[in-house]
Amino acid sequence: MKLMKNLALAALALTISGGMMLTSCNGSGSGSGADSSASKGEDNTILGAGSTFDNPLFSKQFSEYNKNTGLKVNYQSIGSGGGIKALTDKTVDFGASDAPLSDDQAKALTGAAVHIPVTAGAVVLSYNLPDVKDTLMLTPDVLANIFLGNIKKWNDAKIAAINKGVKLPALDITIAHRSDGSGTSNIFTTYLTKVNKDWETKVGKGSSVNWPAGLGGKGNEGVAGLIKQTPGSIGYIELAYAIQNGMAYAKMQNKAGAFITPSISSVTAAANIEIPADGKVSLTNTEAADGYPISGLSWVIIYTEQKYNNRSADKVKKMLTMIQWMVHDGQQYSSPLNYAPLSAKAVSVGDALLKTVTYEGKPVLQ
Amino acid sequence: METSLDNTVVTRSEPSLRVITSNATQKNVKTAGREKRSHRQIRTESVFRRSLVIVSLCMVVLVLGILITLIVQSVPSLKALGVGYLWGKTWDPVRDIYGALPFLLGTLLTSFLALLISVPFSFAVAIFLGEYYPKGWMPDLLKNAVELIAAVPSVIYGFWGLAVMVPMVQKLETVIHVPPVGYGIFTSSLILAIMIIPYSASLGRSMIQMVPSSLKEAAYSLGATRWEVIRSVIIPYTRSGLFAGVLLSLGRALGETMAVTMVIGNTTSMPQNIFSTGNTMASVIANELGEADKHVYNAALIELGLVLFFVTVVINIIGKKIITKFSN
Repeated sequence: MKLMKNLALAALALTISGGMMLTSCNGSGSGSGADSSASKGEDNTILGAGSTFDNPLFSKQFSEYNKNTGLKVNYQSIGSGGGIKALTDKTVDFGASDAPLSDDQAKALTGAAVHIPVTAGAVVLSYNLPDVKDTLMLTPDVLANIFLGNIKKWNDAKIAAINKGVKLPALDITIAHRSDGSGTSNIFTTYLTKVNKDWETKVGKGSSVNWPAGLGGKGNEGVAGLIKQTPGSIGYIELAYAIQNGMAYAKMQNKAGAFITPSISSVTAAANIEIPADGKVSLTNTEAADGYPISGLSWVIIYTEQKYNNRSADKVKKMLTMIQWMVHDGQQYSSPLNYAPLSAKAVSVGDALLKTVTYEGKPVLQ
Repeated sequence: METSLDNTVVTRSEPSLRVITSNATQKNVKTAGREKRSHRQIRTESVFRRSLVIVSLCMVVLVLGILITLIVQSVPSLKALGVGYLWGKTWDPVRDIYGALPFLLGTLLTSFLALLISVPFSFAVAIFLGEYYPKGWMPDLLKNAVELIAAVPSVIYGFWGLAVMVPMVQKLETVIHVPPVGYGIFTSSLILAIMIIPYSASLGRSMIQMVPSSLKEAAYSLGATRWEVIRSVIIPYTRSGLFAGVLLSLGRALGETMAVTMVIGNTTSMPQNIFSTGNTMASVIANELGEADKHVYNAALIELGLVLFFVTVVINIIGKKIITKFSN
């Protein structure tokens, strides 16, 4: 009996230790295994994660680039915040974000990082007014007051004053906003914070905020669904999504006082301003006279010093060449997918930033 | 343990064996073989038993592991917000103010309302399939249809709710003079009610089928009608089983995320009535965790998960208490 007991115990111990060995193997496998076995295959794959907004453009760009060079890019569109987290944990080679790093996020990174502008997009105000055929016009002040819940009816005098000749219904205004944290919300709330003091003090800017009024929908499609189903609703969505789905959207008054129809060209125009050398600029409430005011750049974010996690110089060079291609030749795929091509100024800033990226302290691209 | 098991095995299966072997030497060879085999059997038995224990312990470790992860990860929020988190009414990521009350209320309201709506249907289905028509093509069809309801992915319910239920609720709200939003707690409860029917219906059906026919026949022989048999024999006999099914449904409703988030309106304000919009804990986590870029924000969302975990545990414990009370 004793023998039996020992045997059973031995079997038990074996199972447990075996299990432990397995798990420990798995644990280290993701870290050291990937690094030590940095074979040719690994070197030829770049990992990226971040912005969902960038995803359709990136997919097209990366597949074209793969055809030309054979370099594989595995991009996971998990959201800007997720991309930044992944870059912080160094599980990806680059992150992509619709918002520049916040101070907290920059602090969490283990080193300095550069923001390379890769594309631009816009947030449009879409609405559902069944009997209104003309394109609605909005001023920053009216927009902020609608989203603050101060303007409650469509036939409010303030809306009527800027839409002369449009017969506005006596409908209640239903606001639709994003329920998930998103770069789109960030651009929109950044804009409202810039143009309206009340908004700045009561709500503020961020990828999720405490909305004073309205309903939340998940993703662009969620907000678009809310708008389509609710007569009298207004909500903000990405320009590309609105164009692809044939939704009505308003003209916005920009800083120069002109009412601008959101379009690829008016977004590119918005980016045609002085861009600081670090590339971190919000295009919202742009100075450009013909620019659409609720626009924003999207960035690829990488560490300035690329030698970490035993990455090879070859891989770093390949990745930087690829990003350079995205900023230049890759831009031809923007317009067909309803993205705004980078302005000349944004391209030159991106070029300059890429040249500051180093490997063991030496610049990689000349 | 080992020896006692050995004894019980031998005494149970071959009570007279020992007497026979001591007397009859002829059977010695045979018995040795039998003993060998029984040794092997015992070994297999204990290995099997041990592996069962290990696997079951894994479950306990898993649950504790999840609990510990939730607690550890929500420490920054626990420190920064304290217990006030539970009854705070504001959820403002910009200013780092987090209060879980609107979502706690949203979760409880949608789940219990859904339960209230679903119970008559699930009990009706259970009684119909368990007692009236246990066999035949029609009940089979119904049974499969009910089981299919459980198999449909929740995002499909969400989509269907968005396309069909929301406009219907909008019409209803116009009739009863509530702002015709269509989205909100009531719509979510309707969707949830449909989703959770199969859980209590299936369990209830098998419970009702297990009622001994002798009991029912006795009641019939005393002149009871079918309704009286159901009321005074079947329901009392299956009470704890029916309640267990309801509990299972409730568990499902508490954790449902996708379908709810699509129709509840996702607002952070306190729900005023069952037609107002709101949000549930699971839905807030799913919506906001991906982009929670601030330390405390992230922790506050995980703490929301912790609260949901405790709500589920508490409801389950209360449910178990009620079930034992019913069984007695």
